[in-house]
Amino acid sequence: MFGYYFDLARRSLIRSPILTAMMVLAIGLGIGASMTMLTVLHVMSGDPIPEHSGQLYYPHLDARPLSSKDDKNAPDPSANLSWIDASNLLQAHRGDRQAAMAGGSVLVRPAQTSLRPFFETGHYITADFFPMFDVPFRTGGGWTQVQDEQHERVVVLNGDLARKLFGDTSATGKIVRLQDTDFRVIGVLNDWYPQPAFYGDTSGHAFGKTDEFFLPLTTAMDLKFDSNGNMSCWGSGGDQRTSGECTWLQFWVSLDGPTKVHAYQQFLEDYWRQQQAHGRFARPVDAKLYGLLAWLDHMQLVPGDVRLQLWLALGFLAVCMVNIVGLLLAKFLRRSGEVSVRRALGARRRDIFLQFGVESAVIGVAGGLLGLGIAQLGLWSVRHRPDDYAHLAQMDVSMLLGTLVLAIVASVLAGLLPAWRACRITPALQLKTQ
Amino acid sequence: MQLRPILSSLTRHKLTAFLLILQVTFTCAIVCNVMFMIATRTSQMRLPSGIAENELAMIDSVGIDATENPLVRHEQDLVALRGIAGVKSAVVVDALPLNRDNWTNGITTVPDADTHVGASAYNGTPGELQTLGLHLIEGRDFQADEYIAEDVPHGYKGIDTVPVTIVTRALAEQLFPGQSALGKDIYASGTHPTRIVGVVDHMLRPALRDPATNEYAMLFPMKPDDSEVTYVMRTAPHDRERVLKEASAVLVRLNGNRILKSPQTFTQVRDSYFHRDQTMVGLLLVAGLGLLFVTALGIAGLANFWVQQRRRQIGVRRALGATRSDILRYFQTENFLIVSGGIVLGMALAFALNLTLMKFYELPRLPLYYLPIGALALWLLGQLAVLGPALRAAAVPPVVATRSV
Repeated sequence: MFGYYFDLARRSLIRSPILTAMMVLAIGLGIGASMTMLTVLHVMSGDPIPEHSGQLYYPHLDARPLSSKDDKNAPDPSANLSWIDASNLLQAHRGDRQAAMAGGSVLVRPAQTSLRPFFETGHYITADFFPMFDVPFRTGGGWTQVQDEQHERVVVLNGDLARKLFGDTSATGKIVRLQDTDFRVIGVLNDWYPQPAFYGDTSGHAFGKTDEFFLPLTTAMDLKFDSNGNMSCWGSGGDQRTSGECTWLQFWVSLDGPTKVHAYQQFLEDYWRQQQAHGRFARPVDAKLYGLLAWLDHMQLVPGDVRLQLWLALGFLAVCMVNIVGLLLAKFLRRSGEVSVRRALGARRRDIFLQFGVESAVIGVAGGLLGLGIAQLGLWSVRHRPDDYAHLAQMDVSMLLGTLVLAIVASVLAGLLPAWRACRITPALQLKTQ
Repeated sequence: MQLRPILSSLTRHKLTAFLLILQVTFTCAIVCNVMFMIATRTSQMRLPSGIAENELAMIDSVGIDATENPLVRHEQDLVALRGIAGVKSAVVVDALPLNRDNWTNGITTVPDADTHVGASAYNGTPGELQTLGLHLIEGRDFQADEYIAEDVPHGYKGIDTVPVTIVTRALAEQLFPGQSALGKDIYASGTHPTRIVGVVDHMLRPALRDPATNEYAMLFPMKPDDSEVTYVMRTAPHDRERVLKEASAVLVRLNGNRILKSPQTFTQVRDSYFHRDQTMVGLLLVAGLGLLFVTALGIAGLANFWVQQRRRQIGVRRALGATRSDILRYFQTENFLIVSGGIVLGMALAFALNLTLMKFYELPRLPLYYLPIGALALWLLGQLAVLGPALRAAAVPPVVATRSV
């Protein structure tokens, strides 16, 4: 039966080629635009660490005084922790694992004369970082909490920097000079660049190759290395970085199972109250514990322009759909005579419905294929934008299939109303008037 | 032309007519907002920076020798840069309009006040005004004895120590509305007065946020002494690329113990600052035109059907004495009615859409004059789209009335 309907659809579509082309073009443009932006959104809001994101949590405290106002143009100061709070949470050791961290940029002075000194970005972290995020090492490994406490001058390099400095020879055990201090390389990562770099300060650069080295936070504090994330201060005086009135550190904790999550939430609230007793944390207790994906959502990694582009594309698709409903309706109703003859010869309403449904679907498949091409073109243009997320704009298999499904669903939906109207044609009336 | 027969004919195609109206509604609403967004973005991209944009070339230098005195280093560098053929003047600055390196100070007109106006500070060596090409409309430039060092190693000195400042007209008018700002004092958090000795016409901030505050900027006579600074050279437009190349070579030859970053012309700074807006304007334009195109396709397609469907009816009317232009006008009026319906609904939707956008994307309110422009565009589009089918209808001969299908 489907074969027959398919054949009917083919004949009908070929009979009015311009109109068919118009409908396919409309669907193709709408689907192409929408899928381009949906793909961009999909890759930007993906899970950067699927095996472990379920156990990773970000505690959210707000140590600001009541007078500090929110500024919608500036990054949220309460998204980060102060040195005092991060140290307290670290020492409390209430999670399975926990680590404090901050991004930084240092001057790398290569030993070989062929390379000029250059700046490189990386992270200052504490020992649990590597096991907690299950960071893959090519050689060597991370450091221990004891080494943290001793402010040891050790560093772990990511793939690109290790290759740049030491070529194909193993970097582990070598010495690398950062700013004016020698560091011993104790491990090399297996090109670990999660997208987004969820662990850091995502209000700045979250996509692309953000981190080429990792060294102990305590050592970086010792040597007064610059941090490059957002640092928000209130109050004045004292060394800003070690004060409780400047937030600049990120903190992650891994918790296995809801009981531990609940206990940690309780711990954070107790901590808040305890700090209030010490004259800090002027605001009412509002401790939050975000899961990894919820945290990324909270940080709004997708820029406003990209969201606007998505809405624009979907609006475009909606207009294209209305357009096709109208055209299909006119097309189907014009074939009242044919429908009436078929009905008079014994076709049931649902046969007619099915016949037109198949015709809509054929348009949908053709439009979907065209849309796929347009979306590839759209993604190609997105990849040429200078934004840090640009290189991610690639379609995976699920988005590829999604495009076709969306196109078929859209066109069948568009065909529903016209097909329903067509199958309600009264055959007798039509035949008489002919 | 009587409307009644057209309306009664339309009521026989309620669903199709409704779909057409719906499409025009959506298109009208989206296109009005798209036009407005394009206008908002392009007007921002065209904001004059107040400096001699096509005569500036700059290069960033980061000193990596902790023992050297940056002020001495910069002085030597400037002498060398001024020696390059084609360089009219050169200065060291810590920030430039649109370079995103923003240092905002909260300032007031009375000491120890609670409310502050945020203004960006620009610091540079003597000759900054003239090298950047800023236009002084009141007062004077800084004098040599007014310059102090920024003193970055011990925390910025900033507005709490600097004796004088030059402000933009926009900032002067905000601080001292209706009077001359010249000779008046401004304050930061403390009680140290900084006297306004000059007012420049225009100068954009390093980063733009709110259109009203885009030019809240002030210049301080402070020599940048951070390890990272920007050298700005003024030269003829066609010399910029060559000067940049020579400047890199000259600086490295003078002292290799540094990292040079982003040699560029100011034109490149502006382009990179507005690159995203440029992309967005392109996309909005394509989307707006695409929508109009699809809507035109829909109108033409449906009109075509109606003409085919009514061939006999047209033939009968022609046989009864209707002229070709009567038929033509019939379809044109019909289209006008449908599009008008869509426009009325579309305007309401355009406002609703604008309200939503204002809430989520900080877009200003849609000015009313966009609505007649949008309406006119859609009417025109509708008439163009329907012209082909209507002409075909007008060409139907009266004899059709006598034939069966």
